[in-house]
Parts: sequence; structure tokens; C-alpha cells
Amino acid sequence: MPRPGFVLEVDRSTPPLLFWRGENFSLEKLPAGRSRVIYPPEPLKPIDDVDGAIRHALLNPIDQDPLPALLFPGMKLTIAFDDVSLPLPKMQQPDTRQRVIEAVLDMAADAGVDDVHIIAALGLHRRMHEYELRHALGDRIYDAFHPRGMLYQHDAEDHDNLVELGTTPHGEVLEINKRAAESDLLVYVNINSVPMDGGWKSVCTGLASYRCLSHHHNGHTLQHTRSLSGHREHSALHQSIWRMGKILRDHGPKLFQIETSLNTDMFPSPFDFIAKREWEWTARDRATYLATTKSLDRTPRRLARKIFHSIQAPHRMTSVQAGETGAVHELTLQHVYRQQLVPVEGQTDILTLGIPFVSPYNPDGIMNPILVMCMGLGYLFNMYRNKPLVREGGVIIMTHPTYREFHPVHHPSYIDFFEQVLPDTTDPVVMGQKWERQYAEDEWYRHLYRTGNAYHGVHPFYAWYWGAHGQQWAGKVIVVGGDPSTVRRLGFTPASTMDDAFELASDVVGRAPTITHLHVPALLVADVS
Amino acid sequence: MGDSKGPSRQALRRAAKVGDLVAGPMRTVLRPTAKVGFPYRKPTVPRGVVVPEEASKLGADYDTDWARRPLAKAARTAIHRGPLQAAVKALADPEVLGTDRLDDLARLDDDAPPLIFAPNHYSHLDTLIMSVAVPEPWRGKLMVAAAADYFFDTRWKGAASALALNALPIDREVTGRKSADMIRRLIDDGYSLVIYPEGGRSPDGWGQEFKGGAAYLSIRTGAPVVPVFIDGTGAIFGKGMKRPKPGTSRVVFGRPLRPEPGESTRRFNARIEAAVTMLGDESLTDAWTARRRAATGTNPKLTGPEYTGWRRQWALTDRRELGSVGVRRRQKRRWPDLG
Repeated sequence: MPRPGFVLEVDRSTPPLLFWRGENFSLEKLPAGRSRVIYPPEPLKPIDDVDGAIRHALLNPIDQDPLPALLFPGMKLTIAFDDVSLPLPKMQQPDTRQRVIEAVLDMAADAGVDDVHIIAALGLHRRMHEYELRHALGDRIYDAFHPRGMLYQHDAEDHDNLVELGTTPHGEVLEINKRAAESDLLVYVNINSVPMDGGWKSVCTGLASYRCLSHHHNGHTLQHTRSLSGHREHSALHQSIWRMGKILRDHGPKLFQIETSLNTDMFPSPFDFIAKREWEWTARDRATYLATTKSLDRTPRRLARKIFHSIQAPHRMTSVQAGETGAVHELTLQHVYRQQLVPVEGQTDILTLGIPFVSPYNPDGIMNPILVMCMGLGYLFNMYRNKPLVREGGVIIMTHPTYREFHPVHHPSYIDFFEQVLPDTTDPVVMGQKWERQYAEDEWYRHLYRTGNAYHGVHPFYAWYWGAHGQQWAGKVIVVGGDPSTVRRLGFTPASTMDDAFELASDVVGRAPTITHLHVPALLVADVS
Repeated sequence: MGDSKGPSRQALRRAAKVGDLVAGPMRTVLRPTAKVGFPYRKPTVPRGVVVPEEASKLGADYDTDWARRPLAKAARTAIHRGPLQAAVKALADPEVLGTDRLDDLARLDDDAPPLIFAPNHYSHLDTLIMSVAVPEPWRGKLMVAAAADYFFDTRWKGAASALALNALPIDREVTGRKSADMIRRLIDDGYSLVIYPEGGRSPDGWGQEFKGGAAYLSIRTGAPVVPVFIDGTGAIFGKGMKRPKPGTSRVVFGRPLRPEPGESTRRFNARIEAAVTMLGDESLTDAWTARRRAATGTNPKLTGPEYTGWRRQWALTDRRELGSVGVRRRQKRRWPDLG
């Protein structure tokens, strides 16, 4: 029986706590008597018969006819799936997407459906490499569909293959992939690692155009998104997407949504000490920790990155449900919360976060400074329901080396964003008004996005907007161990050690602040009362 | 002239002398043994006496229990990891696909249920390939159903088969109660089985109708059947070939099949055959094409076209040309197309 998450009050006998520092770790001692640590629930027991569960979900969907009843000869069937940004780290094969799509194809074959297209729902993310597609879908699907041009990646800049479905009462235009829009049935295969994903967001971002995405991916909306992991009515982003979902439901193709949730078993041996509670580390765990950190200290960063990105997580599926998008998503959320929710009482003055080597926007790439901000203030800060873990005006302390390094193939526009936009402003609204269009319409970035493996030119803005709420909420953001000039460019304060960081924080929160540490991984959502 | 063609007469004479010199002492040494008889030799049978036949210990009656004792197991592991794996790589270099279809069961590790692997059968190499291609945790406890009349007709062949392959003698004409009981007992002990439902190697390079052995055993034991298609081995070392022609092969594992409640052996066998046929199509084309054809029952038959004679052989050549495995072909020279 997996243990639920819990809040540990730090006392003098509490051992130092594990913090991520990019491609390494550190153990930090938090002050006794006024610190607490939020530990995630242990991974839930997965489904034993995954293929059986998938088949059952497809044959018994929620508020919709069984999948075989929606399939007929001569129809246009489109299957869209979540891209490489999920799950993190990439899961051991066979991936959930492969299993689900194979089950859908089985039924399509039985129904005599010939015209099947499989589309990677990238949104403005980078195109997946062949090895990533093969990993997500398996060789069987790749070899069968890709050579025939029936497996490809969504292109948000291919205006001939986008179609406008309508406009919301708020003036938001829904423009999505033409093939998907004109299909007799669109099947979306989703992986819900976090509560913010899934539902109408799948199609309305994954298969949408820049014009469509810009309605909800902007500084103003993200500043009013409180939070990404909690109640939808508190998230301006989700409100906008759900309005678009209504247009999609009324004017779009028939949609069959398949959502899956995973447990939080994220690191295989020998890295399993990462998810353990420190006082439960065995001699072997301690030895592994020491060997790992000492050798990573001496390992070139490039090699360390390669090692970490080669990790395949032993994630396993905990639920699969299919049918009408809204109803399916509600059920998925229940499963995600069952795995990730931890009740927490009250807010604190300081929130400490260890920033890992990976975020949704750098699988097999470099965690550049903008992504450090996005991961800390965008994702980890937002892992709350009701209220943030830190009080308004409090301090957020992150640990990461924050090196000034960018992946030239994946993140070309990030480089210019860092050199050109950040020295000018770090305000999401201001940068949106002044700089966004220039980057969004840059022909070279557009070319790299469409033909290479680059994120869209506007993507660094979106990554920055993602942290808009955290940036606005926090009185000060301190990065421990980061390159000082890079950290200052982000608008944050550099510190050498955790003690220095507490000293620097005292300007804002006084000499004896309360501290909360979010112990990641695994993923958790703090339900703050 | 004679000197240039062979040994001289003088040399032959000398050789004969040496022979005589050796033969003399040899005869002297061996003379006493020539007189040694019973009990050092087999007794002769008096005329008119009928000796009752001893119960056969060969064929289907060969006892293979010793081959599953720890010492034999250790020897087999050493054989598999060393010479067998190297030989398979050198001869057939198999590409193994579809093992992810067994992942759910493989994750159970020690609790993984025993499986019955049912491949098509073109060559003796198939068994060797299966011994290295079957994924863990089944590989360590794998036994092979081998034709009793072929692999267990002499003591040394029986011992070699049992030791190296953990082979079990099976009467290929009929799965007798004795064989079935033995297999059931072993499956209950956690052993998985490779059994060729065709009953023997293909005589002409095309597959044969499946017999019900795998289906029958699965229904009796409850072990799921894993359809497997092995491609390319017929061209490397098919029936009737004197020596192998090294090449490449492909092994495709399918999803495990379980008998439906109340399903007859015949119907279950037909499902197994259809699954292997689909995998054969998948090996030549791709998973989607094969699956669509399976839905309409139009996968190319493993048993080949209906017609006989040279056209059947001709069609086999076409099929082998389609595939990317088999004997290594010399790269065709391709001239650039200059328009």
C-alpha cells in the first residue's frame, strides 16, 4: 500500500534534505522549528492488465458511443497524440501512446478504415526527432505510417493546412489543423502527468496555430492564472481554452478523447534514492548518492546531461478513460489528484525549490536560464491548489547552476531572447507588447520550426509568461549556485549557498521566516488551506 | 615420366615394409583381446531362443529429467551464452521484434506465467534462434518440443538435444497423453515451451497447415500461446540443404493468445495460425498493412499459393525477394540515374 504524501516539520534531528541542482544534487540543512518539507505520495499501484484496461475504456467510453461504433469504411480518421514534452523523464517502452494507438488501430482495422493519419500534436514545440517518435509510438507504428506520409507532425505555421472553426464571445479565434478538423473522427491520445494538461487543452493547444494560441498564451492571461494545477475557475488560461473547447464541440470534428494518468515512479535504480525520504536512505543509497554527486562534480556538463537525459522512467499507467472530453477530463483529474495531492496547512514566507535537469521544453536538450525560470516559477510554484505555498510578497529560493548555455538547434530564438529582450525588460506584459510579434513572425525562426527541430520563435516568450504569476507573486527570487550575471539578467538575486540565500531573504521576510521545501520528484500538488 | 606422376615403385615397396613391421606387433598385442568374449562382450543368443524386447528408452520414451537438474542447467546456460549465441549470430544474425508485446508479463519477473511459443518452422536453426531470441524471464526456463523420431532416435542425439536445448521428445503425429502430461507438469513447474504447430520443417520453403498441438496444450495447461514468425531461416538452412548459407533472419513476437471459454482446439488453433500468418505479413510489409489484411482475412497465406510445381517455387522466390532477410545477397550495382 503506497504511503500518502505528508508534511514534515523539520527539527534538529531531521537530516539534510535533497535538492536538485540541474544535473546534480546537494543536501541542504533547513532551520529547525520553522521549516517544513512536503513529501509527495508514493507511486500508486499501476494497472496490471494495461492492454485490457485500454480496450475496456475504448469499448465503454463516458458519454459517447463505443469506439468501434464510430468507425466505418471510407471514413477519415485522425489520431493525435501528445508530443515529447510528456512524460518526464521519458517512460520506458512501450510508451502509453503506443499502447493506446495500437488499440485504436486494431479497432480501425476491424472496421475497414483505410484513411488514417497520425499527428504529433506539437503546438509550437519543436518537431520530434525520428528516435523520439519511434520511442513514443514504437517501431511498428512508425514503420507502417511514416513512410506513407500518414504519420507526421503538426505545423502551426502551415496556413494552407489550418482551418478556422469559430470565435468565442471573448473574440478568441479557434484555428486548428485542417486534417484534424475535417476528419470524421478525431481521436486524441493524452498523457496526464500534471492536472493542467488534458481536457480541451489537448486539441486547442496541440493542434492550434500561433494566432489561436496567442489568445491564452500571453502575459496578461498567465498573470491571472492562479494556478495551473488547481481549480479551473482560478485559471484564466483554462477559462479561455474551455471557451474554445465549446467552439470545438459545436463546430469541430467529432472528438474521442483518451486520457491516461501515470504514477510517479520517475527514477529507476540506481537513482531511486532521489524519491526516497532522506531518513530512509540505506547505506547503499548513501553510497550511491555520494558516488553520483562526486562523480558528477567531475563530469563534463555535456556528458552529465547525456546521462540524465538517457534515463527512462519506470512510470506506469494508473488509469485510462475515453469518451466525451469534458467528462473524461474530470475523471482523469480525480486520478491525477489521487496520486499527487498533499494537504498542506497555511502559507510560508519562503518556498525552496530544487530545479532539475529537465523541463517540458528541453527533453534531450539544455535547461537554459529561461527554462530555469519557467520550471521554477511556472511549473513548480504553480503546483498548488487554492493558495500558493508561499505568501504574497514572500521569497522563492531555487537551486540550479543556471549556466548561460543554449541548445542551438532546439532553442535558437531563446538565445536572442536572452540577449535582446531580457536586458530590456523582464515584465511579461511589456515584452509581449514590445517584442513578441517580431519573434513570432521572424522568417528564419519560422523556417527552423517548420523544417528543423527548433521551438517556434515565440516560444521563449511563452516560457517566460508561464512564470508570470510566480514572478508577480514573489517579493524576491533567489537562485543558489547560479551563474551571477545570468541570474541577474533573469531579474533574480544570485547566492552562493543556502545560508547566504536565507540572509538575502531576510530583507524581505525578516530574520526568522517560515520555510517550506517542495520535495521533488515526484510530482505533487499542494492543497493549501 | 612415372616419377612425375606419383610415388616410385621403390617408395611403395618401402611403405609396404614399414606396414608389415607395424602389423606384426599389433597382431601380437591384439590377439588376446580377440579371444575375449562374454562377459566382456555382449552374449550371443542361442538359436531358437526369442529374446524379449527391452522397453525402448529412445524416441518418445527418452527420459529428459536429468537435463533439468542444476548441473545440466548450468552447462546449458554456458552453452547458450557462449557458442550457441555466437553460432546464431554468425549464421542467422536475427533481428528480434515485438518483444514489447510481452512486456506486461515480463515485468512480473518471477511471477510471469509460463508461455507456449508457437513459431512457424523452416529450419533446424529456428530452435537455436528461439533459444536466444525469447526474452527473459522465459529464456532461462525454456524447453523445446522436438520430434521424438528425429532428435531422440539415438542416445547421443537425445542427450545432445536434451542438454543443449532442453528438448522434450514429442511424437509429432499425435500429442499423446504421456507427452501432454509431462509438458503439463513442467509448465506447472514454470517452464515455457517452444512448439512448432506445423509438426516439422517446411519441405519446400512454404509453411504447412498448423496441427493442434500448441492449442491443445494451451487449453490443457492454461498457458497463453505466443505466436511467433521466424523469417529467413529457410533460405539459410532449409530442409534438404547440406550446409548453411549464412544470412540474416527476423523473429517477430505477437501478443499472447488465450483460449476463450469453451473454445475448441480446432478454433483456437485457427486463431494461432491466423496470428502467425499476420506476423508473417508484418515481417514483409508493416504492422498496419498486416493488421488491416488480417481484419479482412487477406494476409498472404504461410502455406503459399494453391498451385503446385514450378509456379509454387517461383512464387517462393518472389516472396523471398520481397523480404529483407535470408541469405546475404551481393549488393546490386546501381548506376546513377542521370535523367
